Amino acid sequence: MKKPDGEKRFYEALDGRVGASPSALPESLLILARRMLTPDIDRRLDMILRRYHGSRRDPFGFDLGYAAYVLIMAGLVYRYYFRVSMSGVENVPPGGCLLVSNHSGQIPLDGMMIATGLLLEPEEPRLVRSMVEKWAATLPFVNTFFSRCGQIVGRPENLKRLLRRGEIVLAFPEGVKGIVKPFSRAYALSDFGLGFMRLALESDAPVVPVAVIGAEEQYPSLANLEGVARSVRMPGLPLPIQAFVPVLGLLPLPVKYRIIIGEPMTFHGNPDDEDSVIEEKVWAVKHALELMLSKGLKERKHIFW
Amino acid sequence: MVARELHREMEVIGIDQRPFDDLPRDIISHRIDIRRRRSRDIFRRSRADAVVHLGLSYDPRRSGRGSHSWNIEVFSSILTFISDFRISRLVLLSNASVYGPHPDNPQFIPEDYPLYGADTFAQIRDIVEIDMLAQSSFWRNPDCSLVILRPVNIVGGVRNPLMGYLRLNHPPTVLGFDPMLQLTHERDVARAVRLSLKPEAKGIFNIAGTGQMPLSMLLRKTGRRGVPMPSPLLRRVSSLASRAMRMDFLPREVDYLMYTCMVDTERAEKVLGFEPRYDMAGCINAILEDRLWKS
Repeated sequence: MKKPDGEKRFYEALDGRVGASPSALPESLLILARRMLTPDIDRRLDMILRRYHGSRRDPFGFDLGYAAYVLIMAGLVYRYYFRVSMSGVENVPPGGCLLVSNHSGQIPLDGMMIATGLLLEPEEPRLVRSMVEKWAATLPFVNTFFSRCGQIVGRPENLKRLLRRGEIVLAFPEGVKGIVKPFSRAYALSDFGLGFMRLALESDAPVVPVAVIGAEEQYPSLANLEGVARSVRMPGLPLPIQAFVPVLGLLPLPVKYRIIIGEPMTFHGNPDDEDSVIEEKVWAVKHALELMLSKGLKERKHIFW
Repeated sequence: MVARELHREMEVIGIDQRPFDDLPRDIISHRIDIRRRRSRDIFRRSRADAVVHLGLSYDPRRSGRGSHSWNIEVFSSILTFISDFRISRLVLLSNASVYGPHPDNPQFIPEDYPLYGADTFAQIRDIVEIDMLAQSSFWRNPDCSLVILRPVNIVGGVRNPLMGYLRLNHPPTVLGFDPMLQLTHERDVARAVRLSLKPEAKGIFNIAGTGQMPLSMLLRKTGRRGVPMPSPLLRRVSSLASRAMRMDFLPREVDYLMYTCMVDTERAEKVLGFEPRYDMAGCINAILEDRLWKS
């Protein structure tokens, strides 16, 4: 068995504070990223690293070395497949905040695009930590993928800890109901959970509504096969039309994504208030999001460009 | 090790069935079964101020019922001694595995979290039961201040599931899972025991070393090569292997290779004043120096 030589090197390697920037990516990938995504990819990764006090890993399993690869791949999808246009990045407050967005598109590409956008678009890149369905934590590979990219199981304790550290938390209060909704109910928001509002009140975090337009059309779904889903213990099983076109058809349609970040809303009150009191505040967020969605839909000329 | 930490400050008496090795000289030790009458005399004569119960046997390899009744009986006789001889303090070394590994655990489990450990893992049931028994005895006997310590994965020359796992020739891992782990150095546990004998210490405390890392990284740093297997296969293999070859790994322990079970140590820092001296690197050194590992 090989033992590491010298305790000092051992220490450094342990922390991932190996001195080098996280862009210890292969040079070819970096060139690709610089040319196709953003010329200052190294600087952006470095700024994220500095936000984490020079440590590449965090207690939740995030690993910047791993996430950098994913960022480049997701960035290519962001730029060239969905051709995302993101507006309102200046609305994201510098400290901890709670992004609240509509959930759609059968698989959570919407969350991924929001996260990629906030790493690539603003002056100062931000890492978005989004809540993952508990079910995803039981899937092999999926769970490690999510946690290395900084995504977390959505438990209030976890989120409170992140908000206290000044991080951005992304919530989809519609939950699974939102993402698997069939095409007939596109852009109609499902019921919002109340948890996110209690969390915002408790940690005094501003709520930032984010409207995602386009994801709804990536996998037009005919129905949610709830019975089948329940029998295999999945939270939902959508039936997109692509399911009838094998292999290549399984790709999402190359729709154009429009992500609109609204103005932050602040709420005050007792996080342990009765549901009806909390509901009122949730309704305000939902209403703001509905307005942003309908305005965005009206301005949209075409689904694909 | 606990005795070494304490013997300069107070008088220590050790009681165990197993032989004691390398104790400091001024410690009186008795090698008897605590359930015997003679141990009652020891308690009577010593007029102890505090009892530290370290001997929660976690040994799933023993026949289940035997170790179960042994654990519970030992603890209930300790509880009787405490109420009979008015001992004012009980320190119980429990275990963070009482929380159990679950996909929806909070990343850092606080002390008041329900003890789900028992429902996935029969062998943990003893510890959960004793932990609860201690908590309820506290209500019945308010003169005795109770401290329960729940350290995470203790590393060093100790026998516990994690060290047993790391002593395997080919530690299995679960394909597609890589949970985050915390480690605690055995010396830190001994220090926590000393701190919990202070008069103001009371309650339940999670104990862990600083830092955390994924399981795969731990294996890499300690020079082990993990053998990844899909979880259903691993469960099957380990149930066969533990029966046939007495391998130190049980099917139920597979959950620990899939989901996190990390604790929030804020309370121990604030109330107990406990600050771990060993971080991940220190704990890994302890694993590398482990004398029970035959490589």
